[in-house]
Amino acid sequence: MWIYEKKLECPVNITRPDPKLAQLIITQYGGPDGELGASLRYLSQRFNMVTPQARATLNDIGTEELAHLEIVGTIVRQLTRDVGEKEIRASGFEPFYVEHGLGVYPQNAGGGAFTAAAMQSKGDPIADLYENMAAEQKARVTYEYLLDMIDNPEVAKPIRFLREREIVHFQRFGEALNYVKEYQEKNHIFFGMTV
Amino acid sequence: MDREQLLSEIMTKDFVLTDLRLFLNTHPCEKEALTLFNDTAKEILNLKTQFESTYGPFDGRSPVSPARFDWIDDPWPWQNTKNNAGGKN
Repeated sequence: MWIYEKKLECPVNITRPDPKLAQLIITQYGGPDGELGASLRYLSQRFNMVTPQARATLNDIGTEELAHLEIVGTIVRQLTRDVGEKEIRASGFEPFYVEHGLGVYPQNAGGGAFTAAAMQSKGDPIADLYENMAAEQKARVTYEYLLDMIDNPEVAKPIRFLREREIVHFQRFGEALNYVKEYQEKNHIFFGMTV
Repeated sequence: MDREQLLSEIMTKDFVLTDLRLFLNTHPCEKEALTLFNDTAKEILNLKTQFESTYGPFDGRSPVSPARFDWIDDPWPWQNTKNNAGGKN
């Protein structure tokens, strides 16, 4: 289970709203390479993981992704706080506004709702870990594309933090994968089949 | 330390733990990391006790004021304290 702590993993203090940017960053909340999908992916896969190292890695990275979901939600919230009708129109935020007002909704940058179709829980530790390494790389690239669109250092700072975590997670999944491969070799499991 | 400083100190130390936890998951016998993990965990415990005695409950199992359930008090982490003089969230 989880216990809530009244803090963010990384501080977010945005003083200047920018709804247009919020509409892009929202993809890391509910888009295909976003934090919700990442968390759901790892926390679901962990039930079927083998070796203590891999189980712990999926459990703890899945948990950290929930903290990242909160950071992205906070960025979106602070970028849209108290914006008026004029600003909504001028920034192209109208499509989001008519659906969700100033609410934070899990969707991609194009407006498509969150879908679990972008992730897998394959019941095979090797397949899952390779998917996770790819997922971390895709999320890193999305953060880099976002950074290309961000001028405000108050926004760039937490986005850079999130990007760096993707790199650390990729590394840890790679190490977990080595443990799983070693385990399977020892138990004569060849790509899921006992030989 | 004021609320913001103390919270920032906890956040920093807690991040050390988060990162070390992931490292130790795949390097469970690394002595240096184990020592740092335990030392940091102890420091956080002290900081949290210090925080809670002045600013109220920090997490869902912290003791609360006997007078009222101060868990519900602002600010929540998503509220920008630097840009908000007690206004709406």
